[in-house]
Order: sequence, then C-alpha cells, then structure tokens
Amino acid sequence: MAYSEKVIDHYQNPKNVGTLDKSSKNVGTGLVGAPECGDVMRLQIEVDDATGMITDAKFKTFGCGSAIASSSLATEWLKGKSIDEALTVDNMDFVEELNLPPVKIHCSVLAEDAIKAAINDYRVKNGKEAIKFEESVVH
Amino acid sequence: MLKLPIYLDNNATTPMDPRVLEAMTPYFLEHYGNAASRNHPFGWEAEEAVDYAREQVAKLIGADAKEIIFTSGATEGDNLAIKGVYEMYASKGNHIITATTEHKAVLDTCKHIEKTGGEVTYLQVKRDGLIDLKELEAAIKPSTILIAIMYANNEIGTVQPIREISAIAKKHGVLLFSDAVQAVGKIPVDVNKDGIDLMAFTAHKMYGPKGIGALYVRRKNPRVKVTAQMDGGGHERGMRSGTLNVPGIVGFGKACELCRLEMEADSKRISILRDKLETELMKLEEAYINGSTEHRLPHVTNISFKHVEGEGLLMGFNKNIALSSGSACTSASLEPSYVLKALGLGDDLAHSSLRFGLGRFTTEDQIDYTVKAISETVLRLREMSPLWEMYKEGIDLNSIEWAAH
Repeated sequence: MAYSEKVIDHYQNPKNVGTLDKSSKNVGTGLVGAPECGDVMRLQIEVDDATGMITDAKFKTFGCGSAIASSSLATEWLKGKSIDEALTVDNMDFVEELNLPPVKIHCSVLAEDAIKAAINDYRVKNGKEAIKFEESVVH
Repeated sequence: MLKLPIYLDNNATTPMDPRVLEAMTPYFLEHYGNAASRNHPFGWEAEEAVDYAREQVAKLIGADAKEIIFTSGATEGDNLAIKGVYEMYASKGNHIITATTEHKAVLDTCKHIEKTGGEVTYLQVKRDGLIDLKELEAAIKPSTILIAIMYANNEIGTVQPIREISAIAKKHGVLLFSDAVQAVGKIPVDVNKDGIDLMAFTAHKMYGPKGIGALYVRRKNPRVKVTAQMDGGGHERGMRSGTLNVPGIVGFGKACELCRLEMEADSKRISILRDKLETELMKLEEAYINGSTEHRLPHVTNISFKHVEGEGLLMGFNKNIALSSGSACTSASLEPSYVLKALGLGDDLAHSSLRFGLGRFTTEDQIDYTVKAISETVLRLREMSPLWEMYKEGIDLNSIEWAAH
C-alpha cells in the first residue's frame, strides 16, 4: 500500500509528540483504541479557562503510519481552536486531508474519538457534564 | 557501496539466480517445442529437457524422477495433494488431520473439504510452534486418511518433527502430506528418510522462476495416487493435465541442482548473518523471538518489538528494507497473523512483529544497515508510543479498560 505524501510527512516529522500533565485541571486527556486492535491514541489538550481556547495539544500513538499521521494532524488542528470548534472536527476531515484509503478509515474515526474523549475529560474535571456522542459508524 | 533497497523477504519469494535464468533462456527462444509433441525435434528437445529437470528436482529430495508431478506452484500442489487424496481414498475414510499454523493453501483446502462432507482436525501448536506428537496420534481414528503437516513454517521458520510425524502416520496406515515450500533447498529434505508420501514445493522460494512447482507423489511403499483436479490431456501420469511449462521446469531443475550443491555452505553463511541480526536486535528492550529457536530454518527469524505497531515500524524503513509484518494493518482483514496468535501470543505482540527472511544474496553490510535502521525506528516510535510510556511508568496495560473497538 502506498501512503500519501502527507501521511509520510506526519510520520517522519510528527507534530506535538509528548505528554501534558494529566493531573492538571486545565488538561483533558483522551485515550482511545486498544492494543489488541493495533491502535492506541492518547490525545491531550490544554485549555485556557478564561477563554475556552485550546492553547496546547500533544499526542502519543501506538499504531500504523496513518494512525500516527491522524493524531499528529489532530494536534495541529486543535491548537488555537475553541472547544466548540474542536467538537466540529469530523473523521472525514482526516480522510480528506490525509488521503486515507478505505482500510485506514478506522484511524480517522479513532482520531475523532480521541478529540471527543479529551474534551469530555476536561469537562468532567471542571465540573461539567460529559457530552454524550452518538456512536461512530465505522469501528 | 551498499545498494538500496535491501531484500529480506525471501520467505515471500526469492530473486532468481542468474545461472537459473541462463539455463532457461534457450527454452524460450530456440527450443520452444511442446514436450508432448512426439513427432519432431522441437518436441523431443523439450521432452529431453523436462526429463533432465525432473531428475534434478527428484535428486534434491531423494525421490525418483517418476514421482515428480509438475504443477504451477505450491498452492496447486497443496490443493492437488489434499483434494486428490480425499477423493482417491474416499472409500477408506474422510478424516484429515492438519494444524492451525499451516499455510492458507492448506487450511482453505481443508475448509473446502469440510463443506463437501469431509472431517478435519486442526491441531493446536505449542508455544514454540511445534505440534504435540501425542495430540497428533490421539487424533487419528479409523476414518483418518491423511495427515497434512508443513515441513517448516513460512512466518516463523519453525521446523516440525517430520520423521516422528511420519513414524506415527506409518504406524496407523495414514498417508503423510507435507507442504515443504520453505524447507526444500534450504535444509536437507529426503522423502525416504523423512517418510513423506506427498510433498508440495515450488521454484520461486529457492531462486527459481515463479509459476512452476512440484508435487512429490510416492510410488513405492506405499504406492500413492491422487485424483486429478484438472481434466485434460492426461499429462504427468494423468494427475495433472496441461502443457508443460518447459522453460519454467528447466529453471526449476537448475535451481534444485544449485541448492543441492550449495545448500550446505549457503545455510552456514546465512545462519551466521541471521544470528548476528537477531543478537543485535535482541539488545533492544522488550524484544521477543517468536517460535522455536532450536527447531528452525537457518535463514528466518521473527521478532516482536513490544509497544510498537508492526506496520508503523515497517513504514520507518520500508523504502530501503523489504520486510513483512504479522501486523493486521498490512492486510485488509485487520486481524493480526493467525500463526503468531496460534503460538499463544497476545494481540499486542502479534501486532508488533517483523519477519526476516534472509537469502543466498544477503550480505553482512545489509544486515548491519538493517540492524541500525530498525533499532533507530523502534526507539523513535517508542518515544511516540503511549503504551511504552505506560510500561515505563510501571502501569500494567492489562489493568486498563480499553474501549471496544
């Protein structure tokens, strides 16, 4: 299988690899996927309480090149966005931007799930209710 | 100067030896006759070449030339042997014993037989990839007609105890078929000493051309017959119709002769390189060799690098090094290697494996380059792996409730 240039670029030069302090109130952590499935993504966001803006985002991913690229791209997209804007990111945005083939769509779904999980973690930490999302279609 | 890319996927296919190509060329251009044409020199030349090649092939495995049935490859050989025996010996019984780590050409043929009313027992393998001989013997019943156990595994290189298996088969009057694709030409295989009744192998795994293989069918003690799976001109003693692939057969013969003469020296040299590769890569933390290291082909190793996903790992160097992975992501099925899972490996390790198949043309330079490239990529990806971070923090990954995915 040939990878798109964008996937290769993110794989070779991933953006925002790292770890934020998960105990901090400003940090939301999403850990999705499972080792048995060959993909685990951990996406973290740091939120400015006053403005509701995402000031930093980091990831670590166990998975194929497409999974790494999707999570790297997610951190790029999230930085500077408000939580509300972040909630509009859809898995198909990853598919389009990275030219993912059908067998890799699950990587994009995982990235979308990771964003939602990170946001919910932040919300719960700050006394808000977790948003209930509809089950993703492709799993 | 090291030339890239490096080929370390010799279990998938081997490059052709130039000497094989040289032997084949005249049979495309000058001696293009049909080996079945009895009435002119073109046919005679072709037939003579086929006879000679048949001798070369037979000699490599200690068989008689008359016992070699040329096929298009080992998938056809597997099908012909299993379906052919199943049909030919239908009056004796309908039960076949095989193992879960066999090649798909054997497993899917067995599944087909189950659909047509046959019964198949799939033996589990032990952690080292070997079958349990007691389980094998216990699985035999009066209706058992065939045991189908591969000589050596294509993913982990594990060599089954074929002589012990054939002794059990003989004791119970059951035929033994072996898919020996990975073993023939790499380690000494002798159908008489090994007690094999039918055996499939192919040229393109031993530096010969693609599209030509052979099924060995024993003629004496006992005389074995298989029902043809293709109808036609009755070639190959009626067991495999179809115009013979003369240039392919000539190349196959030459490849077998080269293996017979050079196997010992080749294997010695290659196993030294394999051991070096393995020793160096095992210096990485949390690296595990899959399958038996004692009963194993000299040119194969399969290693899992925990907390790094196989396809992601391959991507780090696959422009320069040709390898394969047992990871699901390399296949459309999203299921990791069934062979590794059959060893009892967790999905995490099965997803993290690389298969190395060295060959006649592998050099030490290539191995040194490979060790460096893989080590660097493993370290880089572990820095990026949440599982590695958790492992380093002492978190038990099994204690985490992973989302069903």
